[in-house]
Amino acid sequence: MTPRVVLVTGVGGYLGGHLAARLAANPAVHRVLGVDTVPPHPGVREAVRELARVEFVRADIRNPLIAKVITEAEVDTVVHAALTANPPGPTRRSAVKELNVLGAMQLLAACQRAPSVRALVVKSTAAVYGAGARHPAVLTEDTPPHGIAANGYAKDAVEVEDYVRGFARRRPDVAVTVLRLANLIGPDVDTVLTRYFALPVVPTVLGYDARIQLLHSADALAVLERAATRTAPGVFNAGADGVLMLSQAIRRAGRLAFPVPRAAIPTAGRFLRGARLVDFSEDHLRYLNHGRVLDTTRLRAEFGFTPRWTTRQAFDDYVHGSGLRPVISPGLIGGLERGLVGTR
Amino acid sequence: MREARVIPLDRSRRSPAAEAPDGPPVAPTPLRKDPAPTPPTGLRQAFEFARRRLTGEYQVDRFGFDPELTEALLLPPLRALYRRWFRVRVTGAENIPAEGGALVVSNHSGTLPLDALMTAVAVRDNRDRYLRMLGADLVFQVPLLGALARKSGQTLACNPDAEHLLRSGELVGVWPEGFKGIGKPFSARYKLQRFGRGGFVSAALRTGAPIVPCSIVGAEEIYPKIADLKPLARLLGLPYFPVTPFFPLLGPLGAIPLPSKWHIHFGEPIPTDTYEPRAEDDPMLVFTLTDQVRETIQQTLYKLLDQRTNPFFD
Repeated sequence: MTPRVVLVTGVGGYLGGHLAARLAANPAVHRVLGVDTVPPHPGVREAVRELARVEFVRADIRNPLIAKVITEAEVDTVVHAALTANPPGPTRRSAVKELNVLGAMQLLAACQRAPSVRALVVKSTAAVYGAGARHPAVLTEDTPPHGIAANGYAKDAVEVEDYVRGFARRRPDVAVTVLRLANLIGPDVDTVLTRYFALPVVPTVLGYDARIQLLHSADALAVLERAATRTAPGVFNAGADGVLMLSQAIRRAGRLAFPVPRAAIPTAGRFLRGARLVDFSEDHLRYLNHGRVLDTTRLRAEFGFTPRWTTRQAFDDYVHGSGLRPVISPGLIGGLERGLVGTR
Repeated sequence: MREARVIPLDRSRRSPAAEAPDGPPVAPTPLRKDPAPTPPTGLRQAFEFARRRLTGEYQVDRFGFDPELTEALLLPPLRALYRRWFRVRVTGAENIPAEGGALVVSNHSGTLPLDALMTAVAVRDNRDRYLRMLGADLVFQVPLLGALARKSGQTLACNPDAEHLLRSGELVGVWPEGFKGIGKPFSARYKLQRFGRGGFVSAALRTGAPIVPCSIVGAEEIYPKIADLKPLARLLGLPYFPVTPFFPLLGPLGAIPLPSKWHIHFGEPIPTDTYEPRAEDDPMLVFTLTDQVRETIQQTLYKLLDQRTNPFFD
């Protein structure tokens, strides 16, 4: 089914904003409505303002106005991309939770009342699986969540997914797609992870080395666009091929790892938060301890999408594209090797 | 009187004209055997390895298995222990399939899981395959140990991981007795404990991978556990705190394993692909197969023990 009228939430973020612009560029799509409390993402502001392809509604999704917008515009596809760990607007944890969970509830309530809605796409996160020593190494969509901090972004995502399941039960005529995205990376996204690797000295947890799986922002956009334009109901993991070890990634970025004992992490985290550099939430710490790898068989076979970038390529693209100056350059190490071996 | 002739040190560059007048020259006696003008390839390889590691130019699989690191740093010390200390004798290695998924099931003993590590070396050196072992969650909770376990190709003992590895054609090793087996008192040596709940059998059935029973003789004697300090174990969060004749009496010295002579035997594979689909849903079949594997290992252990004359010498 090709959507005629699409509503995208969270256009203030990278994915929401770019997705709205992409859908607007699709001739089959009639209208694209973008909703957020903050202005659209800087990367797509042009498209919104000058081309007027995306109609921007500056509203909070917790506002009943959203229901009116959906019914009046006869929206048939809703893409909920507002769920986020670090929103562009408020940063207080309680406010973020409110936005994430209550926002989703309101949006779903509005969708349930709107007979025109035919498809719902929810951008969720791989963080719903949690991370820990007792987790299977490769997580399929059926792996239950486990070891999640009582209060955090991952918990928000789990709750939102619960409400989405409830919605799918009550509106069986709506095709509901939930995409659990692995950590995004790319030259022009700003996430907890991109800021983390941009630190010259990267704090790690002593004695642990996480397996990390990434997803290039271009692939994340492509997978969301595909979900919005074709009906493929279900829950799907979306992550790139291959795995990098955290230590390996730090070396590839030319960074220095600074192992901190597990007990000293909260102090280090407070320091980094205080310095407005990186946010170390409990969930993120567990992730850095144990890592997380998703099984993407269902994404390929059922959803019909294969990420174009592997984890390694995506990471290298981030390193080169965001102009990270390596603290330890590969050239230096290569030179040192040649010097020591005496090869000419 | 003839002028003293300069003998170039490098023989290859010596011009034939210079040696023509008085026949073949006598080569100077080398001071050292084998002088090396260029660094040996080993050194070059070491530097290359170091560069690859420092720039992150290596591959790991989804489970975090790092073959390069395993081969270069983790296996050599284990191999020394395997050859010199335990003098492991391996029989029946041909029973391990050369390719494709298979499940090696073995008895567990020795207070510390050295038997698992030695089996991994035996498989690597006799069949040129890596044994992907399934470990207890305790392993992955311990800093450093958990990371090393992942890098050497081990993963958590759970059905999703086991099936995933078997499906991708890996050789998986499992010790179903778990802590009950490895931490049993010396008096119960070579008596197999309960084989878990048969999770490994259902994993094999689901993937159709053959089960290779493996019997290890010798590991029971490395740390004869004569007592268990339960309160201390509880305090430290360990499944047991062993007391051996030398540990904790001699402190760290007591942690040196006794040099018993080992014998690892791989038995004939038990096929699991001959049952109808969804056979893993039949608990009776799973129990029967579990018992069959357990009995095979136990009988082989008795046979091997019968042949053994002294636990420490050949």
